[in-house]
Amino acid sequence: MAAEHTVKAFEQELRRLTNRISQMGGYAEAQIADAVQALVRRDTALAERIVQADARLDGYEREVEHDAVRVLALRQPMGSDLREVLAALKISADLERSGDYAANIAKRSVALAKLPAVAPAAAIPRMGSLVRDMLRDVLDAYVDRDVEKAVTAWRRDAELDGLYTDLFREALAHMAADTDSIAACTHLLFIAKNLERVGDHATNIAETIHFLVRGQPISGTRPKDDRTCFETMPHAASGRAATP
Amino acid sequence: MTANDTLTVSASPMNAAAMTDAAVKPKMSARDVKVFYGTKEALHGVSVDIRRNEVLALIGPSGCGKSTFLRTLNRMNDTIDICRVQGQILLDDQDIYDPRLDVVQLRARVGMVFQKPNPFPKSIWDNITYGPKLHGLATRKDEFDHIVEVSLKRAGLWNEVKDRLLEPGTGLSGGQQQRLCIARAIAVSPEVILMDEPCSALDPIATAHIEELIDELRENFTIVIVTHNMQQAARVSQRTAFFHLGDLVEVGDTEEIFTNPRDERTQGYITGRYG
Amino acid sequence: MTDFAQPAQVASPQPDAISFHTSTAAEVRLKRRYAAERRFKMYGVVAISIAVAMLAWLLWTILHNGAGAFVRTELRLELTLDQARLDPQGTGNPAAIDKGLYQELVQEAVYKLFPEATSRSDRKALREMVSPVAGVFVAAQVIDDPSLLGRTVELGVPTSDAINQFAKGNIDRDAPPETRPLTDKQIGWYDQLVGQERISRTFNSTFFTGADSNYPELAGIWGALVGSLYTMLVTLVLALPIGVAAAIYLEEFAPKNRFTELIEVNINNLAAVPSIVFGLLGLAVFLNFFGMPRSAPLVGGIVLALLVVSTIIIAARAALKAVPPSIREAALGMGASKLQTVMHHVLPLAMPGIMTGTIIAMAHALGETAPLLMIGMNAFVTEAPTGILDSSAALPVQVYIWADKPERGFAELTSAAIMVLLVFLVLMNGTAIWLRRKFERRW
Repeated sequence: MAAEHTVKAFEQELRRLTNRISQMGGYAEAQIADAVQALVRRDTALAERIVQADARLDGYEREVEHDAVRVLALRQPMGSDLREVLAALKISADLERSGDYAANIAKRSVALAKLPAVAPAAAIPRMGSLVRDMLRDVLDAYVDRDVEKAVTAWRRDAELDGLYTDLFREALAHMAADTDSIAACTHLLFIAKNLERVGDHATNIAETIHFLVRGQPISGTRPKDDRTCFETMPHAASGRAATP
Repeated sequence: MTANDTLTVSASPMNAAAMTDAAVKPKMSARDVKVFYGTKEALHGVSVDIRRNEVLALIGPSGCGKSTFLRTLNRMNDTIDICRVQGQILLDDQDIYDPRLDVVQLRARVGMVFQKPNPFPKSIWDNITYGPKLHGLATRKDEFDHIVEVSLKRAGLWNEVKDRLLEPGTGLSGGQQQRLCIARAIAVSPEVILMDEPCSALDPIATAHIEELIDELRENFTIVIVTHNMQQAARVSQRTAFFHLGDLVEVGDTEEIFTNPRDERTQGYITGRYG
Repeated sequence: MTDFAQPAQVASPQPDAISFHTSTAAEVRLKRRYAAERRFKMYGVVAISIAVAMLAWLLWTILHNGAGAFVRTELRLELTLDQARLDPQGTGNPAAIDKGLYQELVQEAVYKLFPEATSRSDRKALREMVSPVAGVFVAAQVIDDPSLLGRTVELGVPTSDAINQFAKGNIDRDAPPETRPLTDKQIGWYDQLVGQERISRTFNSTFFTGADSNYPELAGIWGALVGSLYTMLVTLVLALPIGVAAAIYLEEFAPKNRFTELIEVNINNLAAVPSIVFGLLGLAVFLNFFGMPRSAPLVGGIVLALLVVSTIIIAARAALKAVPPSIREAALGMGASKLQTVMHHVLPLAMPGIMTGTIIAMAHALGETAPLLMIGMNAFVTEAPTGILDSSAALPVQVYIWADKPERGFAELTSAAIMVLLVFLVLMNGTAIWLRRKFERRW
């Protein structure tokens, strides 16, 4: 698609959409990073700022939706242009949800800051950094239209799921051992779940990029390794329960 | 997004149907058709199948050869002295350029509707009965009347003109004239109808009527339509062929051509990146 | 958010648009343009005025000269139509009576009017005041109404050509006697007759019913008219089908090659060939080689058909070309053959144009003189032709013949004949224009 649209205005409208998505992406990435930061450093002020800043992402998403509808109605895009617009719609939704999760994490971090630290929390930074990497990779892949990069990121969701499963088990065990930590661990569980969800959204974005570039949905099943649904309560303090 | 979103193989549901269609013989097929105007080669080896009861749209920029190709299907290019056609075009397995084949009879089986509505300057009744008279499809007046009624009903024009069949055809509005021309074409019970940009001279409402008509006609006829308007091709056809500088670049299901074309030239044309 | 790149500012030679068009320099330019337009219009008006003036002068001259021909001076005489004298054999058939006898009666009646004129020369002068063929008129009246035989009736008989012209004022009574055909005595007698109210003017119906004659009083255009009509008939029957068929072939069927181009060029040239050449052709080929009857409308018709066919072909081709190709395509697309397309659709639509062209061509042929002269259609025939093989004259030829004759009466007859010819031409061209208007189509 080396050539530009004959109608320049069309070209500009499409570019505007994609630029906005990139902007949103960077922003969401920053929110996630900051939320994890706020959690680790117990920085409630930062957490507050993060929650406030989420409104901006919501605003961007509405803008993207509006622009996308406009392009669809007025330009009747075909082929790659149509996929471009649809991709922008989907990705903006994913990024907005990711931002919501980041805000959620920030909120919970305020609560956690009031509670004593618990051991499972140590896994969070690692999860956070993985999620950040995934997001960054898919967003780079979007800008470069690089399918390989997107697919690689798409595959890393399994890794994230694995981390989540581990944290889930650890938290369960911790809660069983020390009932005072139940509050903190519950928050942690939710936070971890949020991070895992952000990972899923990043995977969605990867799939959308594949559709955008190749015109076909991605083939193969999404690699999932979330076995938390099968977890049952551990016996006593011995640690891991028998899992199927 | 839940855990059980197992995505299927990339083959679209269309392909399954396409594979069974290929087993059914196409109504017309072109094999390596070349058209020369004098020494200039206007069409370079076009091969395409036209399936029964489907609408095939031919799209492409001006001068790409789509109208030229359309006119080879009913040998209208014969009327141009310097035009030569090479290659094979089959109608139900019969080569239409076979010297033993009567071109007059061919044109009764493959009808044509033109860009600018061109009813004869005669009455509506005379317009529609001209073809049947020519080919001897009827002899008595009541037979002709029946043909007129059926053709006009099929073309969606009966209610508007049934009380003025003896008025001149040229007194109708543009959209009505074009429907009259379509009625005239179907009065001889053709098998294939060729349409050369039938709506380009009409307003959007008249265009919508014609598009609806094409959809209804599909049941009984095979239709090939040349159009400049991509959206129309998208609305009206099941398969689309993209022509470019005398080549048939790509032909496929309309949905695929307009969402995910294989060739870059097609992509460039449909997204307005052409030129 | 969208920022449009500004196009590079090129150093423009054009000044600011608004001031350019409203400056005083612009006003001056505009005035000059208006002045040029006014001058151009004036040239056009002047040109047309000159043309109209010349045409008006021509028409006026003809009218002025020819109007007199429609009126005849008559002398009322008392004639005793003595049966015994006129019909000694007692046949009872008025047509068999010798017209010379009528003439004698007329002359006697004139002598009676001027009993004092007894000398030979006087009597001769008296005789010369009445038409030498007055008897023919009387005979015609008797044939019309046989009951007149045996009675004494008062009839008007035509005067001689000299008296006729004198009565119309074409001969000047004050001119020297050698220059005029009437003597003073005759003029005196004439004035007497006027005093007796014996001189009257009637409508000269003979002009329309009579054929050519040596006597202006008897001369009429009927023979020439019939001759022209027969000739036109032959021309039409030959030229129209051939012309239209040739046009159809050239326009619809002929392959576009050198040979066809050659034919087209030659047809256009044929339309420009001087008409006398066709006359020579007719003389050499039809009269001398084929031995066709001389002066016959058949030969005239063939010659004129040759003259006119190229015009018809050109007009028919233009009419066929004017039929839009969309009609042809529609018919061909329906499965009509090329011939059917032409016959069912193209030809009927081109017909008005073809008819217009044909009528104009016929009008042209009506007025052609030179070729007809060459093939001898200036025959002096005193009766109208009955078929296309009889000797006859044609209207324009008649004009030519009469223009040559010495008698004064023929001068006004010539102009009158020209008027008749013009009337026909105007009628034909008018019909062509009316037809064209009526059938003008907007596709």
